[in-house]
Amino acid sequence: MIRLERRPEPSRAWTLATPFVAVALTMVAGGLLFALLGKDPIEAIRTIFWDPLFGDFASYSRPQLLVKAGPLILIAIGLSLGFRAGIWNIGAEGQYILGAIFAAATGLAFYPAESWLIFPAMILAGALGGLLWAMIPALLRVRFGTNEVLVSLMLVYVAEALLASMALGLLRNPDGMGFPGSRNLAQYPSAANPELIAGTGMHWGVVLALVAVIVGQVVMTRHQLGFRVRLAGQSPRAAVFGGVNPSWLVVVCMGLSGALAGLAGMFEVAGPAGRLGIDFNVGYGFTAIIVAFLGRLNPIGILLAGLLMALTYIGGELAQLQMNLPLAAIQMFQGMLLFFLLAIDVLTNFSFRFGRRAVA
Amino acid sequence: MSNIDPILLLSAIIVVSTPILLAAIGELVVERAGVLNLGVEGMMITGAVCGFVVATATGSPWLGFAGAALGGALLSMVFGILTQLFLSNQVATGLALTLFGLGLSALLGQGYIGVKGPVVPDLYLPGLRDIPFLGPVMFRHDAMVYIALLIVALVWLFLNRTRAGRVLRAVGENHDAAHALGYKVVRLRLAAIAFGGACAGLGGAYLSLVRVPQWTEGMTAGAGWIALAIVVFASWRPGRLVLGAWLFGGATALQLALQASGGVQIPIEYLQMAPYLATILVLVILRAGRAPGSLGRPFHASS
Repeated sequence: MIRLERRPEPSRAWTLATPFVAVALTMVAGGLLFALLGKDPIEAIRTIFWDPLFGDFASYSRPQLLVKAGPLILIAIGLSLGFRAGIWNIGAEGQYILGAIFAAATGLAFYPAESWLIFPAMILAGALGGLLWAMIPALLRVRFGTNEVLVSLMLVYVAEALLASMALGLLRNPDGMGFPGSRNLAQYPSAANPELIAGTGMHWGVVLALVAVIVGQVVMTRHQLGFRVRLAGQSPRAAVFGGVNPSWLVVVCMGLSGALAGLAGMFEVAGPAGRLGIDFNVGYGFTAIIVAFLGRLNPIGILLAGLLMALTYIGGELAQLQMNLPLAAIQMFQGMLLFFLLAIDVLTNFSFRFGRRAVA
Repeated sequence: MSNIDPILLLSAIIVVSTPILLAAIGELVVERAGVLNLGVEGMMITGAVCGFVVATATGSPWLGFAGAALGGALLSMVFGILTQLFLSNQVATGLALTLFGLGLSALLGQGYIGVKGPVVPDLYLPGLRDIPFLGPVMFRHDAMVYIALLIVALVWLFLNRTRAGRVLRAVGENHDAAHALGYKVVRLRLAAIAFGGACAGLGGAYLSLVRVPQWTEGMTAGAGWIALAIVVFASWRPGRLVLGAWLFGGATALQLALQASGGVQIPIEYLQMAPYLATILVLVILRAGRAPGSLGRPFHASS
């Protein structure tokens, strides 16, 4: 007979060890799954986790690590704040799209004028786009008590439709011979978000992501907002008595995460993506949810988790090219990672006891 | 507007609302048992691919539906084991289930894109089908439409007229009290979660076998989330669930009819937003009733 017994204190050792055990278990389970599909499991794991960094094409894929980790970390830092307080913004993907649309529209409005003011204006517009989109579920929850999970998610589909209409209509490149998609912002010097150090993939969005990690860490441990967030997450009633206004907290957490997601979209559209196309969004907003949990909702953890998730993205693309695995297999891999993480998490708060319970 | 046929439109509403209704009735039972499973989308799409694969392999759509229900139920057990035995966070686990299901389905359906599945025949209802207006709207559909409505009726009966249904509601309202009375909270919840998974699987298979009918990656396009919204809209009551599904089906069918008629000068992308915006609007206007008391809270016998 195996029983679970609640620990008096959450185990610190397991809190730290859980992500590593989860990654290891995911590799084993993923390998088994690939074997079932008739692919060589060792080769698949190597292609996904090793080759992007040290394989034959590593000089191409290594810079991609920061390019992909940047938006993931930026979005996840924002989400982690709300998740800690029990505020579930699941629609970061939509806020990311809106940030990109606002920023691209701002940049293109000035085309072809050149001014150093254009790029900062785009940053502001991107943050504003994400913020406004996140305010819809936030204000609806505060005012009408609607569920923010459902509303923020519905708005992802609305944002995708809006993106398609922008790429086909208002923001379409007039010199693009009728093809969908906007002008290439990366080729418009005043709006471009270039690679800062050649061969590293470092751009302004990655810089901001690193700043967000540091600021997030300070806010969480030193600032009153971090204290209120943690209090509301652990005991909503105590938080109310402690003077935390729940509505205020919803608006702040949703607004911050929306603005950060919008910024991620802005830096993506001005840099690595370059143009606003129908398929501009690739699921960073959803993967960031996994990054936030894998990083234990802790800024430093999110930094590491973001890099790992970026690695699986690049590895997934390699596996698609070299082993004919569908790109969605990576999504399954990521879901599996979250499963293992949540399952092992039980060891943080509970310990296993063997044998029958003593008479209480 | 003038070239939209009201009979075709109403008949389309029934078809469009069926997959949502199936997924929603399953989730309703799960939530009445006090569990919040946000993985409906993942179970639906897994059902869609399982149903399609089995149906094309055997040539029988009914075996396809059975396979879809089984696939959905199996996947839901991942959620069940994690949340009920490992006491994981239900919101996070549900999201993981959706991501996992989307990936798994793409992997399983890799060789089935563009393949034509077997045709699901309409149920022949002599007499009823010839009633003017009502006949073509209500009685010229495939059997799954009626099975979905039957499941809703049976769930209503179960929840309100049977002892087991009352126990399930008690577990959902207050799991500690139910446990103290000697009811098996975890076992009952696992059964409810499996039922929810099977229903979501059926809903997904209805998409891939009847409504579309073929397999494409990510074909559920948020239907699972809309099902979750409809459960809230229905205040966790089966009767209002049908109304919610038809309202949503109405927004979708009207949007599709407007696209096809070409009579209105609205870009297709804006029409496509309609069902999602309608769902948000409904969530705002109709305040939900009281949610089951233990909804989303983990249960551990020690506390």
